Order: sequence, then C-alpha cells, then structure tokens
Amino acid sequence: MADITAPAYRVIPIIPALKPGAMEGNGPYVANDKIQEALGFPGELPEDWHDRAIAKMGELLGKYRSLKVFMDACVHCGACSDKCHYFIGTQDPKNMPVARQDLMRSVYRRYFTLPGKLFPKLVGARDLTREVLDEWHNYFHQCSECRRCSVFCPYGIDTAEVTMAAREILDSVGYGQKYDNEIIGKVHKIGNNLGLPPPALIDTMEGLEEDVKEDTGIDVRFPVDVKGAEVLLITPSADFFAEPHIDSLIGYAKVFHATGTSWTLSSMSSEAANFGMFIGSYEQLRKIALRIREAALELGVKRIVVGECGHAWRVAYSFWNTLSGVGDGADETDRFAQMLQKQLDHRYKQPTHICEFTWDMIQRQAISLDKEANDKHIITFHDSCNVARGAGMGGYPGGQFEIPRNIIKAVANNFVEMSPETTREKTFCCGGGGGLLTDDLMDLRVKGALPRMEVLQQVVDEQNVNFLAVICAICKTQFSKVMPLYGMDRRMVGGIHQLVSNAIKLGDK
Amino acid sequence: MMSALFAILFYLATLLLVVGLAHRIRTYATTPSPLKIPTTPAPMTNGGVVLRMTREVVFFESLFKANLWTWGLGWMFHASLALVLMRHLRYFTEPVWAWVVFIQPFGLYAGITMLIGLAGLWARRLFVERIRYISTPSDHLMLLLLMVIAASGLLMQFVTHTDVIAVKGFFQGWMHFSIQALPTDIALVVHLISVVVLMAIFPISKLLHAPGVFFSPTRTQKDDPREKRHVSAWAKKLESES
Repeated sequence: MADITAPAYRVIPIIPALKPGAMEGNGPYVANDKIQEALGFPGELPEDWHDRAIAKMGELLGKYRSLKVFMDACVHCGACSDKCHYFIGTQDPKNMPVARQDLMRSVYRRYFTLPGKLFPKLVGARDLTREVLDEWHNYFHQCSECRRCSVFCPYGIDTAEVTMAAREILDSVGYGQKYDNEIIGKVHKIGNNLGLPPPALIDTMEGLEEDVKEDTGIDVRFPVDVKGAEVLLITPSADFFAEPHIDSLIGYAKVFHATGTSWTLSSMSSEAANFGMFIGSYEQLRKIALRIREAALELGVKRIVVGECGHAWRVAYSFWNTLSGVGDGADETDRFAQMLQKQLDHRYKQPTHICEFTWDMIQRQAISLDKEANDKHIITFHDSCNVARGAGMGGYPGGQFEIPRNIIKAVANNFVEMSPETTREKTFCCGGGGGLLTDDLMDLRVKGALPRMEVLQQVVDEQNVNFLAVICAICKTQFSKVMPLYGMDRRMVGGIHQLVSNAIKLGDK
Repeated sequence: MMSALFAILFYLATLLLVVGLAHRIRTYATTPSPLKIPTTPAPMTNGGVVLRMTREVVFFESLFKANLWTWGLGWMFHASLALVLMRHLRYFTEPVWAWVVFIQPFGLYAGITMLIGLAGLWARRLFVERIRYISTPSDHLMLLLLMVIAASGLLMQFVTHTDVIAVKGFFQGWMHFSIQALPTDIALVVHLISVVVLMAIFPISKLLHAPGVFFSPTRTQKDDPREKRHVSAWAKKLESES
C-alpha cells in the first residue's frame, strides 16, 4: 500500500499509448482449499485441470448464448479498445476489452473451431497451457464486469460475460480468487459478507437507534426479524458498519419512519451483495438469492426493498425474479415463484430500489424536506456501473439515471453534473467493482479510478464540488480508499440517503 | 472444363455457406439465455427491441457512439457492399427486376466506395497501435480478400471489360444445373475464386458477426425482468431438485 501512487491525470484525456506487460503478475490471492471446497469447487489444481477446464468451457458454451455468440462475433474492430477504465489507468494492452476477451477467445478457437484446430497461428488460436491459465487468473481479475465496453460494441459483446465464464472455469479447476470465494462462504454460513452474526446485528441496530435518538430526539427504529412487517429491507452489510455507508442506512430508516412504513431487516438474510455474480456461477448466484426468498416467506412481508448497492441492484432487478421468484409475472403453473409472488403486493415493483421508494414518497409529499440542510454541499452524482448498465428503476427507460438525480435535487440546492461522456450509460466504474475490492489489488484499483477521478477533479476545480453522491457500497468503499491518493478528502463521498437523512424533517407528519 | 470446375466450386461453396450458416444459427437459437442481460439503453417492449436492432444493423448505432472513424469507414464499406450485392442480382434474374435496374448506376460506384472503406479499415489496422495489437493474420487476410474481390470487380467494369452476357448465361445455367461457357479472363477468374473462398469461410470465421448480432442477448432482450419471470430450461431443473 505504501508504494502505491495514483497515476498522473492526463492533460488532455487522449487514448493512452500501450505499455505491454504493465500489469503482468500473479493476480489476486488464490483461494485456499478450505475456501474452495466450502463452495463445492476443487481445493487445488488437479492433475487433469486442462481437460476439466476445456470441458467446463464446452459446458458453458452450451448453457449461455451470450458466451457462444460473443466468442464468434468479434471482428476486432477496436470500438471497445479505449473504453475500459483499467486500460486507461494501466495502459496494459491486455486490459483492452477485446484483448481481454481474446485471452479466452484464442483458446475457444483452438478447441472449438475448425480454423483454430487446423491453422492456430493464422486465427490467433492457442493451447490452454499453464501460462495461459495464470494469465486468465491475472487479467480476468482486472475486469470489474462494469459493461462499459458492451455499450459501444456493434454486436453488444459484453466482456463481463466472458470474465464471468473465465472465473467459473478457474473455480472449476481449483484456481479461484480468495477474496470473492471467502466472502461467498461467509454468506452461506452466517448470512452476510461481513460475517456479522445475528446477535451482533441486533446489537448494532440497537446502538444505531440510540445514536439517532441522541442526534434527533426521535425514536427511529431499526427493526430486525419482525414478522408481518410490510417491507423487508435487503441492504449491503457494509451499511451496518462502514463509513460512510451507515449514514445511508440511517437515511433509509428515517424515510421509513417519516412515512409510517413498517419494515424489518432479516438476521438470516442480511446481505444484498451477491458475489455469485462476480464469479459467474449461476448456482452460487441462485443459492445466495434464495436466502432472500426464504426470509421474505418466513417474515411474510409484502414488499422487498433494496438498499444502495450497485451489483446487488443488478442482481435484484435483473436476476431475482429468475433466480428466486422475487418479482411478478410468473406462470400460473410456476408453483415455485407463485408461492412468493402471491404474497407480495404488486401495486409496487418487486423488488423496489430504496431510491424508487424514497422518490415515490417525495412525489406523494409523504415526507417533508429541508433542502438548506445540505447547503454546505456542492454535489455531483456518480452513476454506479451496475445500476447504470445492468438494471433499471421506475419502470421507464433511463429511470435509473433520473430517479437518483431527482432525489438529490429534492433534498439539496447545489447539484452539478460531471462530463456527459462519463455519466449515465457511459459512466466509468469506480475501479473497485466486480469482486476486486480487496487490498491485494490496490494498485489496480487506484489506477482503475483514474478516469473517474479526472472528471471529478474537473468539477471540483471549476464548480467547487465537495460531495460525490453514489448509490453503491463498493463505490463508497473504493472512493474513500483511493481519493486520498488523488489528493481528495475521503469524506467527500457519501450515499444519496445520507443527503436525504440530512434534509428529512422528522416528526412533521 | 473451366466452366465445369467453377460450377462445382460454386455448388460446394453455396452448400458450405447455407449448411454452415444454418447450423450456426441453429446453435445460437437453441442455446439458452438463462439471465436477463440487456445493456442500457434497453427497450422495454418488443417493438422497442425491433427498433433498437434496426438502428444497430442499419446504422451501426453502437459503433457510432464508440468511434467516428471506424463507424464512417465500416458503414461506408457495409452499405456499399449491400448495394453491390443487390446490383449483382442482375446476373441471377431474367428479366432483371425493376429495382435492380434502378440501383445499377449506384451499385457500380458503390464498388469504389467499398474499396475506399476497406482500405481505410486496413490502414487503421496497420497504423493505429491498439488496433494493430489486437489484429490476427486472419484479420488482415480477410480485408485483403474483400479488397481483391472489390478491385477485380472494378477492374472488369472500368478497365478490362468482361463478357458479362456470357457470365450471366453461366449463372443462369448454373441455377438450373446446366453448365454454360464462362469467360476466362484473369480478372473474372480472380473475382470468382475470391468469392468462392469468402462463401466457404463465412460460417467458420469472424464473418459470423452478421448472424451473431441478431442473437446477442445484450441487444435483443427486453428490459422487463421484474414484470415477467424468465427461466431457462436448465435453470428450471435446479428448482425441481431443491
């Protein structure tokens, strides 16, 4: 950490020259046998890893149309080549999305296509050697699955899908990543990524009630495991502990309090994050999502609301209905999904993002707000990649961009936009997403933050911005960590509901 | 002899193209998409998806957002190729359809813009460091092949005139499994052999981007995961097991 420094801002943000091999290395820590085996993966690289890896690849090609089409369709046009924040920050050509995909495509061509079998050199095909596998472990952990490249690809090729497949293959031969797989183990065992057991969670929430009471003089509740509550809040567990995350949790609680909404957390299912997506495993993704279904059924809630978390919102919005039935529109005969969908209140979108919930309440004038309370802040908004490119809000196209901005404008007077080339669907990842938020990847994280930091610096210099609002637990942690290296105050970053919390007038209605 | 050889080559190439593509498309169509993964800005209705795909296929919308040079050159090449192909229908129809007659002059000049587009794309591949880095030998050869096709075609049109009446006679006969005499000038031979090669490698090369784009889930899916449950067959099995 001590010798990691931020790269210099580009004077004019031109496309960087290539620095081949700049990020060569061993990649993140490899998961040990205990971590691997707990998830049903081999503990270490078996003798026959080569055959197993190719077999797994064949299996995935048959299970995912995305992977199959993406392996074939690329024409090496280069549209994506300058779009990745890790490429911009590291200048390593293998961090160009197309080159990252080609790490796998070259192997695909060798084993699954005729030209690759006959003329490997001609079409850039190569054998899956141990060196190639090591290269996968390194470079497929330099992708945050943010999908920025996919927006620009003429065929919609999404490197995130390729990265997920690569990580799934790596796991299948006992070559998983420590950080991700250790965390998934904790969710299964304890119920959240932090490994916070139920009594500690209840304790923490009681502590928060006291803090808020001290602060506001009002009894804002933080209920846990309340049967029959209307809303089940599923939020990233970082919200229970970390700064600035916890201020947003207080914000959600205040909104629920002010609107008279009965709500609860679940101690068994106290995690919105779903690292199953990061490692590309449908089974893990599903298994983690099922905890939420179980909690919803057990507590008998009518609505499921998701806290500020980027990839969790992608999983909730795009995948929950598929994985666990949290949603609407299941077939009459689909007993698995109907069981839950009959219980949920379909006057509301299921699941609901906390921003959708709050914006709805603001529009109904169910909460009163004192915008002046945020006057010390000049705010800009960072679209989190997974919300921007992998999910929606509000039931209309672009809702995920409008609703958070609408809330900020409703609770504060000073809002400015960053460069439009870096917001909305063109937003840059914070540099820490996709299962890379670990200290052993700090160098990559700092470099990957470069393009976002550049445009943030612009609005800091030109418009005195002093607050970066986000709706993602990973963004919050990542920015707090890397901002000091770019000469910015780590307290500049915070959640939208931190701003809501500042402005909301309790006891008014 | 020559005519028979070409007739057979074209039958084989056509067979490879049709069977190969049909097989590929079938694979794409039958491989499930277990998760909803449309990329923003994603339409929420079927009509929206059709519009999005039309913009993508006709105007290369995403490429336009990505890089104006690549878009300009790429679009010029593809649009020209489309015109050229339509113009070539005159060799397969008798009487020639009216709209094919109408586009004849445009089709001729499209050959030139096609060549310019290809040359520009190749220059990019040769001189832009990033694109050079990602290019394989086959990427260069593919451009070469297309340029040979375009150049030999233009040569016949503007320099060494070929007996196109005879060429048409050959293909009219070919369509009815009767072998007619084919002129043997070098430009035509090069032109036809290159086309045969292109047809044969189509289903096993990056030319699969053409059918592929229609099966790309990030572009073809509707953004309605909360409204409609989407479960693939293999994923559904996990549910009955649990």
